[in-house]
Amino acid sequence: MRTLLFLIQKEFIQIARNKTMLPLIFIMPIVQLVILVYAADLNMKSIEYSVFDLDASHASRELLSHYDSSPFFDTQEQLFSDEDMEHSLKSGEADIVIKIPKGFEKSLMNNESVEVQFLVDGINNAAAVITTAYAQNILLKYHNNLGSSWLNLQEVQAKGIEIKSRHWFNPELDFKVYMVPGILVLLVSMIGWILTALNIVREKEIGTIEQINVTPVRKYQFLLGKLAPFWLIAMFELAFGLLLGRILFGVPIIGSVGLLFLFTAVYMLAPLGIGLLFSSLSNNQQQVMFLTFFFNLTFIMMSGLFTPVESMPNWAQYVNYLNPLAYFMPVIRMVLLKGSDFLDVLPNLIGIAIYSVVVLYLASLAYRKRV
Amino acid sequence: MQTNNTAIIEVENLVKRFGTFTANDNLTFKVYAGEIFGFLGANGAGKTTTIRILSGLSKPTEGIVKVVGFDAMKQSESIKKNIGYMSQRFSLYDDLTVIENIRLFGGIYGLSNKEIRNRSDELVKDLGIENLRKRLVGDIPLGWKQKLAFSIAIIHRPKLIFLDEPTGGVDPLTRRQFWELIYRVAKQGTTVFVTTHYMDEAEYCDRICVLADGQIKALGEPSNLKHEYQVTSIDELFYRIVKGEDRV
Repeated sequence: MRTLLFLIQKEFIQIARNKTMLPLIFIMPIVQLVILVYAADLNMKSIEYSVFDLDASHASRELLSHYDSSPFFDTQEQLFSDEDMEHSLKSGEADIVIKIPKGFEKSLMNNESVEVQFLVDGINNAAAVITTAYAQNILLKYHNNLGSSWLNLQEVQAKGIEIKSRHWFNPELDFKVYMVPGILVLLVSMIGWILTALNIVREKEIGTIEQINVTPVRKYQFLLGKLAPFWLIAMFELAFGLLLGRILFGVPIIGSVGLLFLFTAVYMLAPLGIGLLFSSLSNNQQQVMFLTFFFNLTFIMMSGLFTPVESMPNWAQYVNYLNPLAYFMPVIRMVLLKGSDFLDVLPNLIGIAIYSVVVLYLASLAYRKRV
Repeated sequence: MQTNNTAIIEVENLVKRFGTFTANDNLTFKVYAGEIFGFLGANGAGKTTTIRILSGLSKPTEGIVKVVGFDAMKQSESIKKNIGYMSQRFSLYDDLTVIENIRLFGGIYGLSNKEIRNRSDELVKDLGIENLRKRLVGDIPLGWKQKLAFSIAIIHRPKLIFLDEPTGGVDPLTRRQFWELIYRVAKQGTTVFVTTHYMDEAEYCDRICVLADGQIKALGEPSNLKHEYQVTSIDELFYRIVKGEDRV
């Protein structure tokens, strides 16, 4: 026990003296939260659109003015041919082209059906879906207002069923509220994982690990001496990140903070264990970074940070059993945004506990004092 | 030297293979308590492999190896408590101060806080580096580092210390001072097992063992060996053995 304290003390002195590590611990959460959360905003603003108005009538201009006044649609460019239309989309000048056919006004007045065409740049499919939805919404509004505001005709059509969605737990669908908890998961995981891995491999490179190996320090003492400091740092990182998220983005903390920390306390053993395992398998920092890079990318993309895990194919969901991030990602959102309680997160807690035990066991096998 | 006839290291038919490569080929030797035992050999002769086995870092493939009374095959942890080790790759923590390094290793070897304090004071005084106490080890000159590493390797007063090319890359003056340190601990009763390829250093040893191609080619007191091979220096002796010339 005393040996362990000496080892932990040594790690903290080294961390405090390290010119890159200490700033990383404080600056990384700020940068990740501020930049990533703003930059990764999926809400569409300033949609660039072009118009090919073949009707050039009062009615078509009225419709287009709806787009003009929408906060989501930006500059409007007039097009005069199909070639223009194609060019506008291909060159990326427009995200969407609205084509109003000839006879638009006449058809409306005769109460005939008429088609307005949207041509949407589908390269980014998420953006395309949202753009289309916005465009349709405006068209629909215009259509519903036709009767009362224009021509003073009778109500064109009886009021249909109106669907109004209410989004629970994030009523304004504020993207930041959704992203901050996710980024926090990345933050604590990466801090724990990468710092642990680099730390041990560095001792290998310098040769100090050999000096430790020839002392009576036991394997578990050495491994615990490495894990404990980074575990503490990760817990601190979570508190720091939560505070930032609360102050900068007003992220709600509906559930119990204690529960969140309890989960994190168990969860952190998994990324730390992976860091340990990777460092045991590598001989230098390049190897460990390469391993980390490969797995990180996969784990992050599959974690449910951006896209819901439920919409992934079944096999991918099975692969996610190996992905520690996927255990934490839903839990942090559930606790912070929904106020889920202990029983709600219990399945994931058990899952990640088993995961951690297995990874730590593998890491201790891989770390050998003797060759 | 207080050489007596108790063997502190007993090696019988030690073989260490890495795949098809045999690094140690059937070594048999004893090191007696209190002596300075020099282990000589060209690069790749198998010196480091042997020292790693003796210090519990590596397992023998075959043979019996007993160090401070413990079996290297099964009781390497007990061996580690009773030995000191300093390797050619300098291995204190560069980003810790002199005192912090002493404290860390003192703590690891189970010294009490009081013992650590006393021995730190003693150690920096002996080395004459009181003014470097709070300096990072990475910032002090190599010669001092080596002497410090040596002193830290014996902080727990082990019965036996392994020095794997301890004087590699240091100037002649520091080398001399280093050997004075070695003599001092030997006088206090610590057995010293030292590898080197400076042949003048071999002359300082009580007994030497010359290794080539993983085998022991010569073993004995330097003066006897010189006589046996009819050479005037260990340098010459080494040259003959490594080139494979037989004794005259």
